[in-house]
Amino acid sequence: MGQSYRYQLGSKTYQFANLADLMAKASPARSGDRLAGVIAETAEQRAVAQLLLAEVPLKTFLNETLVPYEEDEITRLIIDEHDVQAFSTISHLTVGDFRNWLLTDATDTEKLNQVSPGVTPEMAAAVSKIMRNQDLILVAQKCRVVTSFRNTIGLPKRLSTRLQPNHPTDDVNGIAASMLDGLLYGSGDAVIGINPATDNVTQATRLMCLMDEVISLYEIPTQSCVLTHVTNTLECIENGAPVDLVFQSIGGTEKTNSSFGFNLAILAEAQQAALSLNRGTVGQNVMYFETGQGSSLSANAHHGLDQQTCEARAYAVARKFKPLLVNTVVGFIGPEYLFDGKEIIRAGLEDHFCGKLLGLPMGCDVCYTNHAEADQNDMDNLLTLLGTAGCSFVMGIPGSDDIMLNYQTTSFHDALYARRVLGLGAAPEFEAWLEKMQIMSNAGMACLSNHFPPAFAGTLSHSAVKHYHG
Amino acid sequence: MVEVTNMLIVDDEQAADSLITHNPWRQLRQFTAARIGIGRAGVSTPTRETLEFQLAHAQARDAVHTELDIETLQQQLNQLQQEFPQINSQQSLVLHSKAIDRVTYLQRPDYGRQLDEAGFASLKPHYTNTPYDLALVIADGLSAKAIHQNAVKFIASLLPLLLKEIPDFSLAPISLVNQGRVAIGDDIGEALNTRAVLMLIGERPGLSSPDSLGLYLTWSPKRGLTDDKRNCISNVRLAGLSYAAAAHKCLYLLSEARRLQCSGVAIKDRSTEKIIDSSAVQTSFLLDNNVDRKGVNGK
Repeated sequence: MGQSYRYQLGSKTYQFANLADLMAKASPARSGDRLAGVIAETAEQRAVAQLLLAEVPLKTFLNETLVPYEEDEITRLIIDEHDVQAFSTISHLTVGDFRNWLLTDATDTEKLNQVSPGVTPEMAAAVSKIMRNQDLILVAQKCRVVTSFRNTIGLPKRLSTRLQPNHPTDDVNGIAASMLDGLLYGSGDAVIGINPATDNVTQATRLMCLMDEVISLYEIPTQSCVLTHVTNTLECIENGAPVDLVFQSIGGTEKTNSSFGFNLAILAEAQQAALSLNRGTVGQNVMYFETGQGSSLSANAHHGLDQQTCEARAYAVARKFKPLLVNTVVGFIGPEYLFDGKEIIRAGLEDHFCGKLLGLPMGCDVCYTNHAEADQNDMDNLLTLLGTAGCSFVMGIPGSDDIMLNYQTTSFHDALYARRVLGLGAAPEFEAWLEKMQIMSNAGMACLSNHFPPAFAGTLSHSAVKHYHG
Repeated sequence: MVEVTNMLIVDDEQAADSLITHNPWRQLRQFTAARIGIGRAGVSTPTRETLEFQLAHAQARDAVHTELDIETLQQQLNQLQQEFPQINSQQSLVLHSKAIDRVTYLQRPDYGRQLDEAGFASLKPHYTNTPYDLALVIADGLSAKAIHQNAVKFIASLLPLLLKEIPDFSLAPISLVNQGRVAIGDDIGEALNTRAVLMLIGERPGLSSPDSLGLYLTWSPKRGLTDDKRNCISNVRLAGLSYAAAAHKCLYLLSEARRLQCSGVAIKDRSTEKIIDSSAVQTSFLLDNNVDRKGVNGK
């Protein structure tokens, strides 16, 4: 089980059973760790755990696995594919030194990219636990992860959006109406991605065809994705459906993923199948993953780890398959894991930082449910912070209201707000398209055109709308 | 100060309205309940839409905290049972999870997934050596409103299908659960001895849908099953998936579960294939754009 950790504070001795216990106790407070029974019992115990964690050498994480190597294919992935060469730059550091190293001026984008393959998820999680929100923002902003399919995601001063035109019955015109709304507000450069109401191969294929035809007709430099189970997407590919990106929700332990009904071999098979279609024009990043703190505990598969460490381990899975996009769906899981706005904001910044440090194109579903203690103001805060941190993409939904998944995420308007106050643009290929289509008069300034874009005029003609009604 | 006030008063309606850029595609709301075509003040949401959103959020927050109306549900179920004398006519059972109240329920999902001791005791007399074909379990979940509005009506659509399609269909007594989550159906199914359990549960309320019913089918329910062993049908409500369509999906899933002796990811839901084939709308207005047709790949 590895060594225990002790700390003498005045007359009081603090003891932590092992590295996992120390990590959990050092985590900023959140309801999911309380639910799991791994949270620090007092504020002082947490602060002491952070002091102790800062003294742990980074090398320890290579020798002391938090989930047994023999039991877990993600641990094996992390250990077997660890890049010793990349690690050599930081191998002499403790967790506390690592924080200083990340913050130092000499550590620039290039250096971070060199070291990234040598950082394990546990190292990223550990250092994040002793970083303040501003540290998480500052370092993430220095990281650069650029990916591409039909456009380029993650360039400096860019903030992309996933257009999420969900509809509770997958009605084709309902989805198309939200798609049009989003496109006309400049949304959709990360992906046009639909969560289908029911997981079903026929339905998924129908939605893939719809998006493929819209993207072709309007020559939109973007990609589509139906967020169905990876085995469904594989079947769609076999049937000849137009699959751009393969989706899967992933977690940080093998047991979590088996509860989701997949393993690494299935992801590899799906990645190969999507690559064989050769549909990317700019690049070939063909995977879209979603994650979120709490999923391992929810599947009773957390091995006694805190939820943020489990989350960081999911990024090892993502990293293996060179995704176009990774999305931490931070406030979706509910108040039993992230209780309120404060916990959601902290988790969003942690996930974005850890993902970027590990080399992932990290975006965030800035969101909350109606049973959480959070509201629009909390989302404004997180969106602004993530925009500052260089977040790759956020969601775009009509009026923040997902009428299928029953939660609130960022609206098309929200993305324009963030782009304007932070001076961020869409993906360059998409930005050019927005101006060509006269959707925006000045895409760099997030200025929407005051006239209805002529290329879309036919869609609102009386006959077209009337014909398809009902 | 006086000048400013005067300015506001003399602003006529048209001038105030010109502060907002309206979206002509708002008319597409005929296709969706999504908040499309909101318009904008600058790039921001106009005042009225912002405040309407807050009202909807307030209503959804209230829905989370509404209690299950057990008495009315029992009355409705009694009436329903009289229409189907072939099936189990026992009074529905009232059960409670280990979550004693809503605050506990929200923070301790593990309690919501487990039946309390009194519940296990009350199920004992209903245990059968010959397993029931199906147990129906109704739980408040995150919206009792969803149960009040949809549960009994959905069951009324489902029962005739089951009786018609499954020979000698046997139904366990219906359970009503306070502060319940999906997995509590495993405890109940195991305690009753049933081949399958169908949970009817209030989904987390959305802004536009505080009343959405979720259905979860689990074959051979027993404690400790994970969610990959379940099949889900979502958004059953008047403005969502119809009771009839949901009942057909349920029948399909249950038939497949009976055939394969399992449920979950092993069953691919193809129940909508027929519905899709007969549907008139295969394409969309967005693809019927007379202005620019180049790029259409000939479908």
